[in-house]
Amino acid sequence: MLELERVNSFYGKAHILQDLSFSVGRGEVVALLGRNGAGKSTTMKSIIQLVRPKSGKVRFQGTEVTGQAAYRVARAGIGYVPEDRRIFTALTVLENLEVGRQPAREGAPHWSVEQLFEIFPNLHERRNQLGKAMSGGEQQMLTIARTLMGNPSLLLLDEPSEGIAPVIVEEMARAILRLKAQGLTVMISEQNLHFARVVADRAIIIESGEKKFDGTFAELEAHPEIRDAYLAV
Amino acid sequence: MGFFFAQLLTGLSNAAGLFLVASGLSLIFGVTRIVNFAHGSFYMLGAYFGVTLMGILPDYLGSHVGFWGSIVLTGVIVGLVGALVEIVVLRPIYRAPELFQLVATFGVILMIQDLALMSWGAEDIMGARAPGLRGVFRIFGEPIPKYDIVLICITPFILIALWWLIAKTRLGILVRAATQDREMVGALGVNQRWLFTGVFALGSALAGWGGALQLPKGGADLLMDMNIIGPLFVVVVIGGMGSLPGAFIASVIISVLNVFGVTYMPQSTLVLMFVVMAIVLIFRPYGLLGKEEVAGEHGQVGAPEAPIRPFGRTGRLAVTGLLAVLALLPLVSDPFLLVLMTDIIIFALFAASLHFILGAGGLTSFGHAAFYGGGAYVAALLVTYAKAPMEIAFIAAPIGAGMLALVVGWFCIRLSGVYLAMLTLAFSQLVWSLAFQWRSVTRGDDGLINIWPSDWLSGQVPYYYFTLVIGAAGILFLRHVIHAPFGYALRAARDSARQAEATGINVKRVQYLAFALAGALAGLAGGLFVFAKGSVFPTELEIGKSFDALIVVFLGGIKTLSGGVVGAAFMATVEDWLTRMEYWRLMLGMLIIAVVILAPEGIVGSARRLGERLGLIKRAEAEE
Repeated sequence: MLELERVNSFYGKAHILQDLSFSVGRGEVVALLGRNGAGKSTTMKSIIQLVRPKSGKVRFQGTEVTGQAAYRVARAGIGYVPEDRRIFTALTVLENLEVGRQPAREGAPHWSVEQLFEIFPNLHERRNQLGKAMSGGEQQMLTIARTLMGNPSLLLLDEPSEGIAPVIVEEMARAILRLKAQGLTVMISEQNLHFARVVADRAIIIESGEKKFDGTFAELEAHPEIRDAYLAV
Repeated sequence: MGFFFAQLLTGLSNAAGLFLVASGLSLIFGVTRIVNFAHGSFYMLGAYFGVTLMGILPDYLGSHVGFWGSIVLTGVIVGLVGALVEIVVLRPIYRAPELFQLVATFGVILMIQDLALMSWGAEDIMGARAPGLRGVFRIFGEPIPKYDIVLICITPFILIALWWLIAKTRLGILVRAATQDREMVGALGVNQRWLFTGVFALGSALAGWGGALQLPKGGADLLMDMNIIGPLFVVVVIGGMGSLPGAFIASVIISVLNVFGVTYMPQSTLVLMFVVMAIVLIFRPYGLLGKEEVAGEHGQVGAPEAPIRPFGRTGRLAVTGLLAVLALLPLVSDPFLLVLMTDIIIFALFAASLHFILGAGGLTSFGHAAFYGGGAYVAALLVTYAKAPMEIAFIAAPIGAGMLALVVGWFCIRLSGVYLAMLTLAFSQLVWSLAFQWRSVTRGDDGLINIWPSDWLSGQVPYYYFTLVIGAAGILFLRHVIHAPFGYALRAARDSARQAEATGINVKRVQYLAFALAGALAGLAGGLFVFAKGSVFPTELEIGKSFDALIVVFLGGIKTLSGGVVGAAFMATVEDWLTRMEYWRLMLGMLIIAVVILAPEGIVGSARRLGERLGLIKRAEAEE
């Protein structure tokens, strides 16, 4: 469904992603792991094209998306949930969801506001409140729900558990598993190995923008030295 | 009672047009974060298109449908013009610093000026009367034009329609979301480029409708674009940028005030408007319904600036060489060139003082002419009324301008970014209106004349040397300040106000002092000017004068102080050459827009880049 081929991305002169290649299959939940500054967010942004790779290819469902405008990539079916949430604070919850609304897409689960409220009950209670009046965890749920309104076939979740109370993280894990059950493909970047293991089938570890590991969690557990070298535990 | 009520109604009907135009400006600002100085031009285009259509459509559609159809169609046409401007001029520069965008819209003003002149001629055109609404209603015995009543009734519906569009429709939700975070809106699958174009077109259409609706009360002329900028900005500043209800309330306040002002204080109508603005701003710095700008949210974008370095040896040699050439100039040149050079040096000093506040200070002042003209007026008033000798009057020019800058700065420095730009512009309009309307003191547009230098400076050559010495000293002094600890503090405040605060710099105080210093040096240039010309007129305080300096600084390149000097020389030469052509504004406008889009680093910056590429200048080590 998603393939990255020798992607190189820069911030100014800083070389962030170095020949990064991997692929994500349909229906998979893949965790992108690595320390702070390893390049996880840049990987996400390079897929949705908020960061334009200098070289290499990003293919989505067989079509190259590299160099396209972000809105085109989003319309092709990639939903992006940014790390810093970026909800529209001056808009209500319902209005935030409206911004994300896109037509239904073939081969991707279709979401209505009611279904999303079922998955994230807190949002229903607060549907007419302004975004800025919500807690961090609620804001995080809102960003996910907002992106799902676009009916994506691939969901990019950038550090969803960061800075959120453990109870809410559990709720989030349940929500992600529900999305998976609906047939959604998910790529999730994480520092929290425990959380990643609960929701993901496969782990990709990057360090300084280079891929260091790509395999199942069972394989990762068989090689604790990899975990110790590249993940802060 | 009847008369009072009639006045009130007239004011309310005037508010209709003003509100339409102001809401368009506010809408465009809210989403694109661009203060569209060309908005007055769209208003003017609305009047012209409206007049033309009203001359054609009623013949085919009957008088009623023809008249109102013309107004509707005018908005559509002006909206399309706005869309064209957005796509061609603004799209390439959304990520550029705000000064670039403002200068580009000024280029659009110049172009539309000449295009309107070409299409409709220089004569004022009378507006058509609204069919069926020619008469008056008698209210408390006073005649009120029927058309005024219709306008008063329409306006609330326009406000409600706009409010509904913004608050309730998907388009409105997207617009509000884009106001906060354009990139995120794009990442959610919305083509924000067309969203921006759409908003810009709608805002322009509103200006067009404003222009067309006022036709039965006035007409169409070539001064409309500049004449409405003052009230327009006052309305938006009082109401709060981006607030539609704020624009409505402020339009009503200003229009009603204006009508009563004309009756009871005809000498101070213009001043009154700015006084109200000042009072509102003392209590609410972001306007009645405006929200405080969050620092950094819409801050400077683009590449970080290379630090300004002191001159190297080559630089010093070049400056010394240039000064030597200028010093020897009277030996070889003809009188005409000497006059031109005097003008250029004065202008260069004026531009350098603006550059100081703009480049090093990061404070976008759009009313810098207030201090230039202010200095000139201080000197001229002293000579005229106190019979002060030239030397005293000349020294008073920078002092007076500096004190004026202290007063204006007290209001303005509290704000930043476009708010600061709008406010400085409004204050310069206040100073201008004082000079223009306080005839008993300033003699209005007759100006103050017979302001000549003392005997030892009379004659072109001595005065040229005087200008050269003062001008060069002023510019070098500014350079020195930029490289002194005060300059470091100022640049630190520009680059990161919060971090500067955290290191113990009193950011607002540093900026306030810099603003006053820039004002004083602009006043110095004004002092040089008034004794060079022997007279001063309100034109020296006009918006156009401030823009001239901005364009000069911009053309030369804001990142270098020498840019202002080069820009002044370039501008004076080009203007001298361009103004001989009939449609020079069109040319200049296109030139400005081309520079903004193609060479955003200005003449000096682009030349340096070329030099770097050719290996003539060491990369990144280039000095100012």
